[in-house]
Amino acid sequence: MDIKVNVREAQGDCYVVDLGGEIDVYTSPKVKDAIGELIDRGVYHLVINLEKVRYIDSTGLGVLIGGLKRVREHGGSVNLVCTNPQIKKIFDITGLVKIFGIFESEDAAMKALV
Amino acid sequence: MNQPVQHPEEKVDVVELRVPCKAEWVALARLSVAAVASRLHFSIDEIEDIKLAVAEACTNAIQHAHGSSYIEIRCEALPDRLRISVRDHGRGTRPESIQSRDLDDERVGGLGVFLIRSLMDDVQYDVHPENGTQLVMTKNLIV
Repeated sequence: MDIKVNVREAQGDCYVVDLGGEIDVYTSPKVKDAIGELIDRGVYHLVINLEKVRYIDSTGLGVLIGGLKRVREHGGSVNLVCTNPQIKKIFDITGLVKIFGIFESEDAAMKALV
Repeated sequence: MNQPVQHPEEKVDVVELRVPCKAEWVALARLSVAAVASRLHFSIDEIEDIKLAVAEACTNAIQHAHGSSYIEIRCEALPDRLRISVRDHGRGTRPESIQSRDLDDERVGGLGVFLIRSLMDDVQYDVHPENGTQLVMTKNLIV
């Protein structure tokens, strides 16, 4: 099972976290660490790109919710890029579409950051 | 393990798997059950639903079933449905740990149970705080 995490600086004070592979109870700590490290450094505007994620479960969703809560405390935001219908479905049925900005492209997600 | 009641006329093929109650084995469990579902000709979307439900059940066991060294997964391939039982032998599982969540609630707890209930057609829990938890979930095969 694999998880790929890549962090890169984007425009302004925004960062993009590219995720790839499978996010579950075993791999989600690595994602949590990457997002937590950015927030600890004072990065509060994030785009998390899920385009290459094949699978995510509730522990992965929990990491994303945890990151969103932390950046919101500093007036920040998290937007997601998601094109995989199965993963979009999970955000739909859990109601998380109401708390995350979910976009089809990284450009759109970046432009919509508060 | 308490076995679900079968109708006498029902023909059942059974696949059983026992995995360590550890995070690194959840992928094996979900992929094994996905292979069973594929053998029964569930659609790709349905297989994804089943995979996620099994993973959530295993994750719940890992996070809440203290002292369970393994998880037992039993797949019963019935003519019109797949019934999956996920059982741990841990102590200390509290019934509230398997409660679903309110959709307006941004807390993480209960998300896994909510997903299982959303993705499967029938879900039954049998919780024994001193003797483990058995979750039996069913996905109907729509021909």
